[in-house]
Amino acid sequence: MSLVLIAIGLLVASALAAFLLARAPRLATLCGVGGAMLAGLAGLIPSLRILLTGANESFVMPWSMPGGSLHIGLDAVSAVFLIPIFLITALAALYGGSYLRPFWGKRAIGFSWFCFNLLTACLILVVVARNGLLFLMAWEGMSLASFFLVVFEHDKKEAREAGWLYLVATHLGAAFLLIFFALLAREAHSFDFDCIGAMPQTIANAAFLLAVIGFGTKAGFMPLHVWLPEAHPAAPSHVSAVLSGIMIKTGIYGLVRTLILLGNPPVWWGWTLVGIGLSSGILGVVYALAQHDLKRLLAYCSVENIGIIALGLGLGVLGLSMGHPLVAQLGFGGALLHVVNHALFKGLLFLGAGAVAHSTGTRDMDRLGGLAKIMPWTALTFIIGSAAIAGLPPLNGFVGEFLVYYGALIACLPGGMANPLPAVGIVAGLALIGGLAAACFAKAFGIVFLGEPRTDAARQAHECGWSMRLPMIILAAACVLIGFGAPWAVAALKPAIADLAGVPAAQVFSATGRSMMLLMEVTIGFAAAAGVVVLLGFIRRRLLKNRPVRFAPTWGCGYAAPTPRMQYTGSSFALWFVDAFRWILRTERHRSLPQGYFPDAAFMTTETPDGFRELIFRPVFAQIRWALASLRWIQHGRLQVYILYIAATLVALLIWYASCL
Amino acid sequence: MNAISWIHMAVALVLAPLLLGAINRTKARIAGRAGAPLLQLYFDLWKLLRKGAVYSRATTWVFRAGPPIGLAAVLGALLLTPFGKSGAVLAFGGDLVLFAYWLGLMRFVTVLAALDTGSSFEGMGAGREVFFSALAEPAFLLGMLGLARATDALSLSTILPGISAATWLAAGPALALIAAAWLVVLLAENARIPVDDPNTHLELTMIHEVMVLDHGGPDLALILYGAALKLWVMSALLVSLLTPIRYGVAWQDALVFLGGMLILAVGIGLIEGAMARLRLTRVPQLLMGALALAALALMLIIK
Repeated sequence: MSLVLIAIGLLVASALAAFLLARAPRLATLCGVGGAMLAGLAGLIPSLRILLTGANESFVMPWSMPGGSLHIGLDAVSAVFLIPIFLITALAALYGGSYLRPFWGKRAIGFSWFCFNLLTACLILVVVARNGLLFLMAWEGMSLASFFLVVFEHDKKEAREAGWLYLVATHLGAAFLLIFFALLAREAHSFDFDCIGAMPQTIANAAFLLAVIGFGTKAGFMPLHVWLPEAHPAAPSHVSAVLSGIMIKTGIYGLVRTLILLGNPPVWWGWTLVGIGLSSGILGVVYALAQHDLKRLLAYCSVENIGIIALGLGLGVLGLSMGHPLVAQLGFGGALLHVVNHALFKGLLFLGAGAVAHSTGTRDMDRLGGLAKIMPWTALTFIIGSAAIAGLPPLNGFVGEFLVYYGALIACLPGGMANPLPAVGIVAGLALIGGLAAACFAKAFGIVFLGEPRTDAARQAHECGWSMRLPMIILAAACVLIGFGAPWAVAALKPAIADLAGVPAAQVFSATGRSMMLLMEVTIGFAAAAGVVVLLGFIRRRLLKNRPVRFAPTWGCGYAAPTPRMQYTGSSFALWFVDAFRWILRTERHRSLPQGYFPDAAFMTTETPDGFRELIFRPVFAQIRWALASLRWIQHGRLQVYILYIAATLVALLIWYASCL
Repeated sequence: MNAISWIHMAVALVLAPLLLGAINRTKARIAGRAGAPLLQLYFDLWKLLRKGAVYSRATTWVFRAGPPIGLAAVLGALLLTPFGKSGAVLAFGGDLVLFAYWLGLMRFVTVLAALDTGSSFEGMGAGREVFFSALAEPAFLLGMLGLARATDALSLSTILPGISAATWLAAGPALALIAAAWLVVLLAENARIPVDDPNTHLELTMIHEVMVLDHGGPDLALILYGAALKLWVMSALLVSLLTPIRYGVAWQDALVFLGGMLILAVGIGLIEGAMARLRLTRVPQLLMGALALAALALMLIIK
């Protein structure tokens, strides 16, 4: 516990130091990176220890706020979220040190590190807070710090727009959370989480819905995701890695904590979560497939992965409410493991996308290509991340999804759930998402890194430095490690699963009745396949040893003068999907066809704006703005009258308070 | 995991290329040709393994890693595939998911190797492959889910051997629907007519064959052998579903299974001989049809 507090202290101190050293970008960077990395190291130790021992630690201090005390706690569930927080922020900071180098002297580097380290501190505080007010303060700090990070390049219009959209969305979500905590506090007469106990079902239902909307906005549940594909690509890449890898997981954390606090979920909560999971998962990846911007693609894919996590949580809730503990444990286990896994590979992929953008100056996939030869390390780590996020064996993504699949399969058996329909939906949904995600990342990796460079920007790329490479290598190694070490990774999650499923840790997965650890055969299969790959590679090398091995151009089917621009682009690769889902995507095509005997230059562009944003949120907000315009006379810019407003409000509150006494 | 299942796996490794020989021979016969020898694929593999290699200058290590990883992935699936009514080498609850994802890995590396050449033809094939398989995978898994519920089992090695005459009596229509859905998936995933034509290499309408245009020598041998094994494992599941006979004697069960495989190969040959390839835009409808059949079967089983 004390090490976590030290980590928070280190982060705040280094943030302030970076802020004060704004004039000296080198020192500010040193403070920011050093603080984040030291905090990461300090924080990983207690988090891992808690996860391995399953012990709970807490720290309580009286404070002057109403309703409870300053209460910080560390349990297995917190530890599951803390480990990726500490790991990813430390690595992202190391990467960001070099990534921001070109901006020295042009942008507020010190302020950027101030925000980054404050964001990290708030992320930690959100996960360990055991008091509603403390939680909300940390939540708000997190939102504000990340807003300033998103608008780092504030002279760009997209960055500003993305920042505002994010700020509005996150505060709308926070409003729901405010009501949520107020509701809980009214029932428990305290903001302290420990005081929250049994409550009437209607209150619990209302609290659940508030939590789904409030936390779901942060997590990026479809259709509350609209800010996500704008804000995540706009931020510098190391920040995108933190936002997409971890910050959206705080929404999941909030939901998980809510489920633990409320207890005894009714069946429809599970249905709700499964429905959200299916819509986010499938639509997220469909939108991802239609993107041209590599970072936007990754952002939409985060929505998809949040969907997979929601499917796991929904399955867990259904297992609990239908009295099927093993299904519950597998669902929650899959969700928690996928939280960690997604943090690892999405962090990795955003860092990789950042390395590409950093060295080529563009994120448009159709202008890239052939980078695997120029950036071998980035390519190697990116392909591992791509395969992992597509859920392919033998990497970590498969393991998390497998647990959810396994739980859903058990629920479908005759002795499983009374109503197997949601479980069928989960299996079908995961199968569809799996195929689409594989296509999406075949596109992302294949178009950007393989083939020939399509433009000069791609031809003149260069590999990034070691301080940017190392974080990617560590994350890729972690993906492989969790894949091959699946049984142990899952065993380490048992205390956290036990908290969620409401059983002692020793009983988690005991109902599978297996002699071996869960997933041991999967690991055996992985090891066998890896052995075969090495063996086949060796055999091929022996075969080719004394034979001619020549290099020639790609077979162009007899065409004499192919150019790299004739390669299949990402848009053409995804054409089938875009066509099949055009009723959702509503992709816009702008083109001018060649006409006449001596045609001019022709062009075609496609773009896929977010349908929910265009069709739902934009009209609704336009209406709201129109309705509120009549109140504009209140806001006229005269400071004295504003102060009068404040004074009047205070007086009114005082009168109200006095009348309540 | 016992000695018999290892022997079965060795038999599968040896006989897999024969399946393609049987298909091609049938196809040739009903077209009135003599056809290539039954063992043609073995000769091809032997020839390719003795050749040198030509690599495209556009390619990277991804292109070279593709064939070994693809073959290893399908071998991973073979480890989980029951031999008719006899269990697989490796069996555990939920292995059907791993089976599907091993095939997914094989597809992923093939697609990436195709994109690595920078050829638009291969990119075109790759784009089609990922789309069609994204439709085929849910159909396969939903069918499997139905069988799992019908037999109350969770592993390929207990589900498929668990399908008996009694299962067919109890849920015959549903099982028949699943078999039909799986047949479509089998044809689509293995680049057979009516989805893909394995005989032509250079048409714009090709899917699988066009993705491996630039492979040669030992690499092509690995790919061809991997494709034969993929056909074997998927056929094995279908044959196990369709043969509810179980003697309990290893060699008798093995004979029934191998006989079933031969009949299926002849059946595929007949389909290929009797049909033309579908227009490419019709293929998604065919696969959606398979998905609908599997979903309907599942509904019948759950009720």
